[in-house]
Amino acid sequence: MRFMRIWTQTLIPPVITTCLYFLIFGNLIGPRIGPMQGHTYIDFIVPGLVLMSVITGSYTNVASSFFSAKFQRFIEEIMVSPVPSSVILIGYLTGGVCRGVLVGIVVLLVATVFATVDIVHPFTTALVILMTSVVFSLGGMLNGMFAKKFDDVSIIPNFVLTPLIYLGGVFYSVQLLPEFWRLVSLANPILYVINIARYGFLGSSDVGIGISFTVILVAAAILFTLCLVLLERGYGIRD
Amino acid sequence: MIQSGTSNQALSVSNLKKTYSNGRIALKGVSFSVEEGDFYALLGRNGAGKSTTIGITCSLVTKSSGKVYIFGVDIDQDFGRAKSNIGLVPQEINFNQFETPWNIVINHAGYYGVPRTKALLQAEKYLTTLNLWDYRNNTARRLSGGMKRKLMIARALMHEPRLLILDEPTAGIDFETRLSMWEFLQDLNQKGVTIILTTHYLQEAEKLCRNVGIIELGELILDSDMKSLFKQLNQETYVLDLVQPIDSQVLPHELNDSVRLVDPTTVEVDIARNSSINVVFETLSKHNIHAISIQTKSNRLETLFMELLRREAIEMQMNQSE
Repeated sequence: MRFMRIWTQTLIPPVITTCLYFLIFGNLIGPRIGPMQGHTYIDFIVPGLVLMSVITGSYTNVASSFFSAKFQRFIEEIMVSPVPSSVILIGYLTGGVCRGVLVGIVVLLVATVFATVDIVHPFTTALVILMTSVVFSLGGMLNGMFAKKFDDVSIIPNFVLTPLIYLGGVFYSVQLLPEFWRLVSLANPILYVINIARYGFLGSSDVGIGISFTVILVAAAILFTLCLVLLERGYGIRD
Repeated sequence: MIQSGTSNQALSVSNLKKTYSNGRIALKGVSFSVEEGDFYALLGRNGAGKSTTIGITCSLVTKSSGKVYIFGVDIDQDFGRAKSNIGLVPQEINFNQFETPWNIVINHAGYYGVPRTKALLQAEKYLTTLNLWDYRNNTARRLSGGMKRKLMIARALMHEPRLLILDEPTAGIDFETRLSMWEFLQDLNQKGVTIILTTHYLQEAEKLCRNVGIIELGELILDSDMKSLFKQLNQETYVLDLVQPIDSQVLPHELNDSVRLVDPTTVEVDIARNSSINVVFETLSKHNIHAISIQTKSNRLETLFMELLRREAIEMQMNQSE
């Protein structure tokens, strides 16, 4: 896979970023913040940081791979072949999921150095990591299809994804927010994935697990259908 | 007009139209067919509609209307099956330049469902035949322009297509490489592969192809076999290199205006179709003018091509003035 060949660009940066988060927010600021939902602050941020890496890894992998294939025109190799659109989509999706999950595992290993990582619900944790990487890989695919220049590949991650991740409860519980902002936060889909992850890791969550999984499943179904229809129509790749 | 494709036609295009999203009309109802086993030249100026026609055939461009059949298979009904019979060598380099030639051809075989064991043999066969074997593990971007074009041919052949479409395969490559490619393509055609070639080198089309179609401004203005086409030539001009320099006054009067002195050692002779060139040689010999070499002044297809485009332009002007 492409991301393994360029591992210094794909695997090392999230490790460094996560180390910095643990050092600054966990070790330096964390003790002054105190416990959150009955856990030390450093333990509280572990699920969010793992999911943050999964989201950005999956998204950027598919967005950049698909756009590169478009830009260098080697997407045409597959377009002229009898490979069905669904297989093309699943191929890119698999690439994104592999990178997302791998980055998630690496970040989790890093977390064990700084925090106490006792996964309460391992199956839920694994499932949410997998489903999150599926949803955001599909998001990256859409971005790659719509992108017309390199800037377009980084606009969504920088101006939409990153704010949503930071406001999705990676570093705080939404219960701390005033009522109005807590309700606004519920419109942020990333809140649900981070909270399922927190439930999986720590056994506590700000929102219901059932509704969170439903949100992820619906998002995955909608995005998959949309990507498939656009790919079938050749959006952004066929004149 | 072609109504439907038959299985002995490699490609059948009927009333094909394409208008791009920016409003540019690329094809205005093109119809032609290519028989199985043919070597067909699709010619035309830049922007005439050749690549659009090829793009539609290979699913790189969406048609506005019309029908395309590949070996009798309607692309609207079963494009997957139709595409499995085509090998495309596009005009632009379109492989991942950071991959190795080996991976490029093996991956391509995978897209067509070729079993890996067979793909390995095919890769060795075509990379060797096209002199790319020694470079199989190099990064593709380090290959020369000619090698990149050869790699695209090797890639297109990995699934053993019955129809090979080459969109300007020899553009920008040296003459020696071009000659070796011609030889390879002729051999491939003799083995039964139908080939459609677009090129701006009309000498190439004349040498390789049996049939020719010319597209101009989105319309097919000619669809003919080469022999019939050349019968349309009224005269040909030959260039003779002389043994000794001569003066224009010594040129034989009996040849009238058909002989011109280009420089003291070069003569141009116009010879009407059905006339013998021997008459010219005999007359020149009588006047003690001897040639050491002879060649056609311009490529025959080139002459016809330019003449057709000129006629088309006049016709269009007349239509507009009406």
